[in-house]
Amino acid sequence: MNKFATPTKGIDWWLSIGLSWLMGVAVLLLLLIVVFLTYEAWPVLHGGSWVQFFNDEGWFPLENKLGLLPMLWATLAVSFGALVLAFPLGLGSAIFIEYYAPVFVGKPFSSVVTLLAGIPSVVFGLWGLTELVPLINSIHPPGASLLAAILVLTLMILPTITLTSRSALSSLPSHLLQSSAALALSKKSMIIGVLVPSALRGIIGGVLLALVRALGETMAVLMVAGNVVQTPTGLFEPVRVLTANIALEMAYATDNHRAALFASGILLMILVFCVAWIASRLSSGEVNGYD
Amino acid sequence: MIDRCFTFIIWLTAGIVFLAFGWLISDVVVQGVGKLSWEFLTDEPTRSGREGGIYPIIVSTLLILGTALVIVIPIGLGSAIWLAEFTKKSSKRVRSTRLILDVLAGVPSIVFGLFGYAFFCGFLGLGFSILSGGLTLACMMLPILIRTTEAGLAAVPNDWRRAGAALGVSRTTLLWQVLLPYASPAITAGLLLSIGRATAETAALIFTSGYVDRMPESLNDSGRALAVHIYDLSMNVVGGDKAAYGSALVLIVMVVIINLSANALSEFWLEKKINRLQ
Repeated sequence: MNKFATPTKGIDWWLSIGLSWLMGVAVLLLLLIVVFLTYEAWPVLHGGSWVQFFNDEGWFPLENKLGLLPMLWATLAVSFGALVLAFPLGLGSAIFIEYYAPVFVGKPFSSVVTLLAGIPSVVFGLWGLTELVPLINSIHPPGASLLAAILVLTLMILPTITLTSRSALSSLPSHLLQSSAALALSKKSMIIGVLVPSALRGIIGGVLLALVRALGETMAVLMVAGNVVQTPTGLFEPVRVLTANIALEMAYATDNHRAALFASGILLMILVFCVAWIASRLSSGEVNGYD
Repeated sequence: MIDRCFTFIIWLTAGIVFLAFGWLISDVVVQGVGKLSWEFLTDEPTRSGREGGIYPIIVSTLLILGTALVIVIPIGLGSAIWLAEFTKKSSKRVRSTRLILDVLAGVPSIVFGLFGYAFFCGFLGLGFSILSGGLTLACMMLPILIRTTEAGLAAVPNDWRRAGAALGVSRTTLLWQVLLPYASPAITAGLLLSIGRATAETAALIFTSGYVDRMPESLNDSGRALAVHIYDLSMNVVGGDKAAYGSALVLIVMVVIINLSANALSEFWLEKKINRLQ
């Protein structure tokens, strides 16, 4: 099989070399990002001084207090809050499209969801800022809050969960449906007991994808969350997430403050790495290619 | 009884989702459509964008996108073809390359913005410019494009590869005549998907292509992207909401056109291929 995999002569060889150079450029470029971020963050990372991110109380860059924990908690609270809301809604919508909706409802419904997957985050932010925040404000001021961020983010990640769960459900082999019908299972038991568990791998993959998006969302959350640096204690409290902090302060940060922003960028990358690693453990899709 | 409850819950879920999205879209359309006119698309913005149009901003958006595409398409497609067709799929190096790409595809856009700001604007001295913005977007699109293209090629059944090898056809010919045409719908869809993501991008562009809302004269000029314009109008300009909704509508229409043409193109190619096979 080895000879089959590595072309040894003629045009194939040249093409392979040329393409591998392009791959080299791509990998170098992407490694450069990691290296350069670390280089910029180095002043606050070297010699174990990164502990200050977790030991300092609060984020007061002017006094050289660079505690990232309140914003890390806020990021996690917003992301998991959105996930808790979006998961049942997204999975429910996927089940609706696949098994419940009549054709004339299901088709437009799924194209609406596809359309929403492409809507820019800044538009979600704009809508949240002008519609949702005043509404929440009328219930419990100040309006710009953890709750607003969670709701906007829920809408943003919902299409991802719906579309991936749906494709996981629709690619299930049809004998599952047939045998559960033969066992005279009710529709509910069939879905909860057979179909959803069989598609679980794909569904969880979609949830992790949505989580990655939620962790990294910047603009929409920045526009509705109120941006006060504090450990979130209630749904109506304003919070500031890590991504928003970078966007807000990058323009004027200097020295250690600037380095700390780069360090929080690296922290975000590490969070994403953990999720992506779990996702890659889960996915074992058959891939075609040369052995 | 329980069965009926479950049916009810599923319909309710779908109803909530539909209503929430209906609210969002109708809000943008209702508030944006009043602002929309031919002048809005062809005039320069005045009074920080409260009045006037968005013509220079549309031009900047397209220039940033064009710059990014010129860089990302050859590198991205080339890498993906190499990864899918010229490597052993089970080798450790290839698997770790895939993991790196997956991680980078998920890295928040603001982190790419941070990198672009420090590297292209600062280290390379390009300043706030369309070029910096385009290069940053290219970095952001690269992992997504490589992974979708590679997935498209990986979905081509191995029978074709074996048949090609059995016929003694060179890899290059096989790739050009069979594998790429077969995978073209997936590749196009992936390309347009990443274009859609890039068009909608805000966070990566604020610190790289900048805020200036004049007509850009060259790629070294700062230019404001449409998404940045919406952000600026809604956050920093008092009374800019109407114009923000108008711009949001334009942006949504652009993204929808890109996404619809992605679907249409993939279907068109699929049909052609089926016709040719018959």
